Amino acid sequence: MTTKSQALLNWVDERFPLTSSIKGHLTEYYAPKNFNFWYFFGSLALMVLVIQIVTGIFLVMHYKPDASLNAAGVPVAFASVEYIMRDVPGGWIIRYLHSTGASAFFIVVYLHMFRGLLYGSYRKPRELIWIFGTLIFLVLMAEAFMGYLLPWGQMSFWGAQVIVNLFSAIPLIGPDLSLVIRGDFVVSDATLNRFFSFHVIAVPLVLIGLVAAHIIALHEVGSNNPDGIEIKKKKDANGIPLDGIPFHPYYTVKDIVGVVAFLFFFSAVVFFAPEAGGYFLEFNNFLPADPLVTPLHIAPVWYFTPFYSVLRAVTYPLFGLDAKFWGVVAMGASVVVIAFLPWLDRSPVKSMRYKGPVFKGAVAIFVVCFVILGYLGVLPPTPGRTLVSQICSVLYFAFFLAMPWYSKLDKCKPEPERVTFK
Amino acid sequence: MSVEQKMDSGRRTLLLATSAVGGVAAVATAVPFVASLTPSERAKAAGAPVEVDVGKLAPGEMMTVEWRGKPVWVLRRTPEMLASLAKSEPALSDPASEKEQQPEYAKNEYRSIKPEFLVAVGICTHLGCSPSEKFKPGAESGMGDDWPGGFLCPCHGSRFDLAGRVYKSMPAPTNLEIPPYKYIADTTIVVGDDGKA
Repeated sequence: MTTKSQALLNWVDERFPLTSSIKGHLTEYYAPKNFNFWYFFGSLALMVLVIQIVTGIFLVMHYKPDASLNAAGVPVAFASVEYIMRDVPGGWIIRYLHSTGASAFFIVVYLHMFRGLLYGSYRKPRELIWIFGTLIFLVLMAEAFMGYLLPWGQMSFWGAQVIVNLFSAIPLIGPDLSLVIRGDFVVSDATLNRFFSFHVIAVPLVLIGLVAAHIIALHEVGSNNPDGIEIKKKKDANGIPLDGIPFHPYYTVKDIVGVVAFLFFFSAVVFFAPEAGGYFLEFNNFLPADPLVTPLHIAPVWYFTPFYSVLRAVTYPLFGLDAKFWGVVAMGASVVVIAFLPWLDRSPVKSMRYKGPVFKGAVAIFVVCFVILGYLGVLPPTPGRTLVSQICSVLYFAFFLAMPWYSKLDKCKPEPERVTFK
Repeated sequence: MSVEQKMDSGRRTLLLATSAVGGVAAVATAVPFVASLTPSERAKAAGAPVEVDVGKLAPGEMMTVEWRGKPVWVLRRTPEMLASLAKSEPALSDPASEKEQQPEYAKNEYRSIKPEFLVAVGICTHLGCSPSEKFKPGAESGMGDDWPGGFLCPCHGSRFDLAGRVYKSMPAPTNLEIPPYKYIADTTIVVGDDGKA
């Protein structure tokens, strides 16, 4: 470095912790050297967040949150999305990047969460990272839900109608609460405008704040790894973990490989199947919102369907309160229970590699149930399907709530002293 | 020497009082923001009654009109349809319409002023979808052989009979809402105004 640029850097460092931040978070942040495939999804989630923010900024330049009908009798919001797709140069690709990005965000986040489950990344001392992560997931669901209203299609409208009505099931305050959320007696222009405001300003701000907290907490305690052992226990003479390597350049370069592979698949969807067979963009949403006619088959977008199935599975009233209220409670609980994992898992080891058959079996059943619930959530309900979703919902909760017992009973293998690395 | 001895309690009291007053101001500032989330005066005003001519409806036919942004159904029931209501009664959750989901004048076996015309808000009492028509009895509606005809909510599968009464063990907790309405002529209905309010 030339003396002039060194002098400039010194000038900045005396006023802002630039060099020390780069060291603390990149060049001297030591991550375990045995990260595998599953460790790509954290950085990928961050990249998808950037894609969503950038494409979102450009979409807002052309989108109009207006539910009134234009001269052709089409809602202005719906027409403005069509305008972006047809008349704005490059508009179609920006919009498809954003809509595909929403689904990609959830794919990446689900895999990221599953990684945490596999290797016990939620265990002490990483409880706060996990809680911030669960909050990110919750906020992300709110962000996706509000964004889905904006095209003002049939699914936008009726999806919002259903979810906002969920709140009216809460005893006493429910009806007023849903009125305050909608800002009207039905989902209307008022609802569209406030969802737009939340989707582009309020929720992204919260999301970015939580992501920052998630990463700061991670860098405070250090990353977990596929062996679920603490690399900080074995340090060299300089206090550097023996099994640690600097995040930059080692993992920045490795993550770029992940980014390239991800973009390969992502671009294929954007260019060749942006609707993904009706899973990323539902066909009914290509019809403008009609408050008088519910589409014959209404289902949320795929990433909400496991939780939606839990909601639908509850059909019995309890303690004098409607089944509807308990359905909402069950759905809320199915998300919130994730945050309690650090205290539910009493296994002596963290990683699935050293856990016994009981825990492995429980995770396998959990994954199968989650997938079945997700699949049933896109289908119309029948008595048989309701029964299957009830069984899967019970097993879903059993996985979490019975964990303190079965994780203790399990026969675990001994953890290694150092990370396994080939 | 302890902290308490050094503490100027007069200043501490002032500090607490100032913080409390500041807190009140902060809460008061939140009032207009929360208030702005509630329905505007315009939204409250947009609830004018709707006049409907039901004379053109053929028996067994249904029309939908918009009232307060919600779909309101007017179904002209055939004698067979009316007869089906008694048959479905044992399977219903609230066959006598005990829960207040209708004006007094619609609290009868047909849930209507004139048995022939059902006027109901076409919004499922579960989560607000609009149920679809499954009028044809039996397997033809795809609802099973013993289906007497009625409505099926596409969202969560709640079933209603031809008077908007919900079946037992359905996600929907109550019967469909009957709006206030009145006849101003033999075949003209006003929805949203029963002359009582």
